[in-house]
Amino acid sequence: MESTGVVVAFYVLSGLTILSALSVFLMRNMVHSLVFLVSVFLGMAGLFVTLSADFIAVAQILIYAGAISVLLVFAVMLTPLASRDNANSLYVGPGVILGGAIAAIVVFTAIDVEWNQLTGVALEERGFVSTIEMIGEQLLGRYVLAFEVASVLLLFALLGAIVLVTNRDEDDETADGDADEAATTGVAEDTV
Amino acid sequence: MTDQPLASTPASPPAGQPATPMAREIIARGSLLQDAKNVSVPLKAAGAVAGLVFLTVNAAIAYIVIDGRLDGEWYDFRDLGNAMARLRAELDDTSAGPWLSYWVTGLIGGVGILSFLGGFLLIGSWIERRMLARFQIRVGPDRVGPFGLLQPLADALKLMQKEVLTPIGADKALFLLPPVLVFIPAMLAWGPMPWAPNMSYLDINVGLLYVISITSLSVLAIWMAGWSSNNHYALLGAMRTVAMMVSYEIPISLSLIVVVLLTGSLNLGEIVAWQGEHNVWLGALLPFAMFTFFFSSTAEINRTPNDIAEAESEIVAGFHTEYSGMKAGLFLAVELGNALLVGALLATFFLGGYTAFGLEEWIPPYLILAAKAGFGYFLFIWLRGTLPRFKIDQLMNFAWKYLIPLSIANVLIVAVEASIAARWDVEGIFIYGSFAIVNLALTVFAVRAWAKVIGYTPDLEHPVGPRFASKIGGLEAAREIQGGT
Amino acid sequence: MTVDLSHYLAVSGIVFGIGVMVALSKRNVIAVLMGVELMLNASNLAFLAFSRFSGAFQEGTEPLAGHTFVVFVLTVAAAEAAVALAMAVLIYRKRETVDLDRISVLRW
Repeated sequence: MESTGVVVAFYVLSGLTILSALSVFLMRNMVHSLVFLVSVFLGMAGLFVTLSADFIAVAQILIYAGAISVLLVFAVMLTPLASRDNANSLYVGPGVILGGAIAAIVVFTAIDVEWNQLTGVALEERGFVSTIEMIGEQLLGRYVLAFEVASVLLLFALLGAIVLVTNRDEDDETADGDADEAATTGVAEDTV
Repeated sequence: MTDQPLASTPASPPAGQPATPMAREIIARGSLLQDAKNVSVPLKAAGAVAGLVFLTVNAAIAYIVIDGRLDGEWYDFRDLGNAMARLRAELDDTSAGPWLSYWVTGLIGGVGILSFLGGFLLIGSWIERRMLARFQIRVGPDRVGPFGLLQPLADALKLMQKEVLTPIGADKALFLLPPVLVFIPAMLAWGPMPWAPNMSYLDINVGLLYVISITSLSVLAIWMAGWSSNNHYALLGAMRTVAMMVSYEIPISLSLIVVVLLTGSLNLGEIVAWQGEHNVWLGALLPFAMFTFFFSSTAEINRTPNDIAEAESEIVAGFHTEYSGMKAGLFLAVELGNALLVGALLATFFLGGYTAFGLEEWIPPYLILAAKAGFGYFLFIWLRGTLPRFKIDQLMNFAWKYLIPLSIANVLIVAVEASIAARWDVEGIFIYGSFAIVNLALTVFAVRAWAKVIGYTPDLEHPVGPRFASKIGGLEAAREIQGGT
Repeated sequence: MTVDLSHYLAVSGIVFGIGVMVALSKRNVIAVLMGVELMLNASNLAFLAFSRFSGAFQEGTEPLAGHTFVVFVLTVAAAEAAVALAMAVLIYRKRETVDLDRISVLRW
């Protein structure tokens, strides 16, 4: 993709994403870390748009930035005084080295391998106007079994999360039950 | 006892100066005009440039609207969409290529939307307050200008000159972000709105999902506002609001899926075109979806009857308690802008958008859409003036136990109908007429039956009129009726 | 100045590496979950990049299989985040902490 707009957008968005991901690691306060994670999700949505994946970009914003972030917010709020600290554990050294090694290997492979990729005119010809019809046809056509299994999985996750958090012997379950019910809505949105 | 004067009189300040320290401080701080003069020069220059650009682009839009002659053709102001398409094609042909056309048309469209919203913000507050007053048999603001028309301007000036406080324990960075972050989705969601057949700023094929996802971004901003205020009530308001907004996103999505089932596209322009082509408004075909969307949107934008977020009589001001000055002003402006946005979305999905059974040939379609959006806004004001506020558990029960099961049943029914419409080759009016009747009947039946199943019966007798105590026998009779003696 | 598959894969790899760093070296359960979400996002980006750029598929044979798989990854990530966070809240209730170093019962 050679046009200036896409190149500038790619570099700005990937810079934003990588810096935000680093800040997720480096921030000491958990809530700041959460905010930078939301910024990672939004940057990723922008990168998906540069890849002409319009439906996935919008679904990413809806699911990740709109629902999973709210889940994380609820988890941070429901564990007061314990989870506001984003400290490093004892294995921070090996963790950083392993993460850095994985990143280095993947970057080296990405740059060094001669990918069988389309460039230039062939790339333009392969572009799609809208992905959503084709994704719909695939989901209900060739991959319908996986689609149904995914919906059953979401049902189990929804029920499981509610069952896990419900207090059975106490009566004041409204706060946790409601909050976790509300927190699992992001899961339920995908079934439709 | 004694009328002798006090032994020592307190030292009086020199003549001409105010008496109390606070009054002296107020005078020493200066006025809003002096603050404006003290702004640094680069900032003034940047503001002047931005203002000039804004005015210039608005003038260009006005020129195109009133008397646009591009390439010698006459474009009347009903046909703005094609005017912009023509402008873009012309700029494409110049040497700069698509870059210039994207930037110019993008700038014009963006400034157009901003001007429309800004104009609405200036007058919407006045409309709301006067209309609410009318509902409550009082007058509303009528002092500041003729009929109180300058009241929103006075409110804006008042907010601008207020001291912007940051609470002591607040997280400074996280305190600063929410007013900006809640304004961004309110602006961005206007993108895919179709104003005319060729005139939507972001003509994307996933427009509906885009609108849903952008409005779900404001949830995080509200939570941040509540959390970073270091205030119990703000946090409480924010958590309740987040739970409510996240819960009511599901009925909105389900009712919009029903719209997609019938029209076959997520593109807002195509949804409106479908309504124009089949000469039917989707609100007539899908009454339950329209009601669900309308009611859940009041939850999304934190308006009565679902405004436990700000609950003006309960928890001070909810998540924006600690915000003062223009930051609070941004929250209030966003609430107003969101109300118009949801009114416009209601108009687009269920009330026909810019189509009006063929009237859009003579009246500019964007004026039709603006009128319908204003009507939607009027519905919100009506609800606000009429209904009391719901409690948080009533709200959540209503969403989860009532709206969501019925919305899912609605999806099933409309899916069956949509597949019938796709397979039968009958005239449109018979199919869609029968859909309308069946849907309305099923809606009324399902609402009543489900309400009975989960026990929502109205248990108050509706009084037929005011009852005076003297008619029923006076105070003793009243006490007897109440159960005492 | 072009942007092609290797750039997207490099970004994906870096974000994946950062996700591994966060998941392995944080003490807070919720932070580990954030690392897992970063890793899943990076893999989504890789899928979509391959789906856009790859010349391995003949035209029309496998239209948008990458996008479909990403839909499933989004679904599973959401389900997993919900259950994992429910468990985190449950752990907090039992043990008053979400510090991974302190709730390790299975030792060696």
